[in-house]
Amino acid sequence: MAAVKVLEITKPGPLTTIQDRGRFGFGPYGVAPSGAVDSFSLRVGNRLVGNGEDEAGLEITFAGPAVTALSEIAIAVTGADIQPRINTAPAPMWQALVMRKGERLSFKGIRNGLRAYLAVGGGINAEMVLGSRSTNLGSRFGGLSGRPLMKGDILSAHAPHLHLKTEGAALPFESISAHTPEVTLRIIFGPHHHHFGPEMLSTFGQSAFRVTEQLDRTGIRLKGPLIKEKEDLEKSIISEGVVSGAIQIPGDGQPIIILGETVTGGYRKIATVISADLYRLGQLRPENKVRFLPVSPDEARSALEEIETIIQGIKIKQI
Amino acid sequence: MLYKHPEYRVMGDRSLLVELGNEIHVSIHERVRRLFLAVKQASLNTILDVVPGYCSLLLVFDPLTTTSNQIRKTIDDLFLDLDEFELPEPANIEIPVVYGSEYGPDLAWVASFHKTTPEDVIRRYTQTGYRVYMIGFTPGFPYMGELPENLQTPRKKTPRTAVPRGSVGLAQKQTGIYPAQSPGGWQIIGRTPLKLFNPLKNPPNLLEMGDRVRFFRISHEEMTHWQR
Repeated sequence: MAAVKVLEITKPGPLTTIQDRGRFGFGPYGVAPSGAVDSFSLRVGNRLVGNGEDEAGLEITFAGPAVTALSEIAIAVTGADIQPRINTAPAPMWQALVMRKGERLSFKGIRNGLRAYLAVGGGINAEMVLGSRSTNLGSRFGGLSGRPLMKGDILSAHAPHLHLKTEGAALPFESISAHTPEVTLRIIFGPHHHHFGPEMLSTFGQSAFRVTEQLDRTGIRLKGPLIKEKEDLEKSIISEGVVSGAIQIPGDGQPIIILGETVTGGYRKIATVISADLYRLGQLRPENKVRFLPVSPDEARSALEEIETIIQGIKIKQI
Repeated sequence: MLYKHPEYRVMGDRSLLVELGNEIHVSIHERVRRLFLAVKQASLNTILDVVPGYCSLLLVFDPLTTTSNQIRKTIDDLFLDLDEFELPEPANIEIPVVYGSEYGPDLAWVASFHKTTPEDVIRRYTQTGYRVYMIGFTPGFPYMGELPENLQTPRKKTPRTAVPRGSVGLAQKQTGIYPAQSPGGWQIIGRTPLKLFNPLKNPPNLLEMGDRVRFFRISHEEMTHWQR
């Protein structure tokens, strides 16, 4: 079915990109997954408007763009509380809404967290590159020519009219995660925790780290007590693969949480954030405080199952 | 040292690092390549992605459908028959490079570091073949080795904020090519007109792990011709 023009970008915002759940299977070629940093929010948005979970949406960073509907569409805004407005009226988040042709969606500003997501019924149509529509900003491919959205960009979706009856579908209030300035991230120690002495591991587990300004889709630099490897070890390790959530300790002893734009690294990883908490990394902002809580593999699994239950529990009218 | 048995290290609840040794060495690299190709051939549907490193293989899986213990058992099994696994021949690839001037701004420095001439550096560099040990850093970036001892050069003290696409660099025992413009601290001695990474093709890379590479010299005129 032909794609229909659904949105015109009238103001791009500081960094708005097309993202889906990510690009997997190209690790041997040095290609990182990319994808929505807060994938929970993108997945919820897609479900609310009746999309498959692999559809692409817009990832909005720091502040909102403004868009005009080019046809009648179902949308959902999820993620950080960004105060959406349709024309001049406040519009709810975490809920499927219908925009009529010519209506304008704008955002008053982010009140907590860092990234919001805009899902559109039918999915944002972009060329599949290496199995994904996600924008890889570093190598400039995927999404819309591998770049952030600009004023005047026109986005399309497949058969958006089929999704209009999702209007009103909502994530239950109790499932909406608040993005507080103090965050506890659950971790599993490793792969290189044995390179650190017991006192370093307890410093790491018991301290609060500040999120610095050095934060993007590649990683988040933290500041806190020095974390040093054992004395007889080299500063770096031989380069190896990494996943998002891995917590690197570079030479200056200040942790960096790796995100999905990195595929290899040469620093030791003291611990790794569990899958259930990865989406929270997408909402950390400068000056937030982060603590790490070690959990067992079983706890990591139940936490992930809880998230899946929330997402699979979203009910919409049959499309 | 090449390990007799793999050492497994969990990286969170959705990836497992399989270490096969602890240094940059041909024997370890060949073992990694062997296991990588065996994993690829087994086409395990629980594995979402694989990242080969110098001494390790990172296996990324879906934590809702499997566990690191199950992946570990699978790898143990593959490891038993690893020596019987028939390896495809690595590709031999020749890469044209124009050396020095604006294309290789560090060539003169590398020559003076080794107390020789730029001509001699080029001669040493093109005399040997290299292996692609791994791909990483940015899409399509090949980590190749090993450089002859008389070419091993430390990284730049201050990395450049923008190294042009196609730049050929040296860092300690390794040599590499920047597939796209990016920041970088390797000593840049030349540039290739070849495209190393093209996301619109599948596979997207000119070079894969295990490939054998030789460099040959081209002139400034040939470089211009190639770019057209």
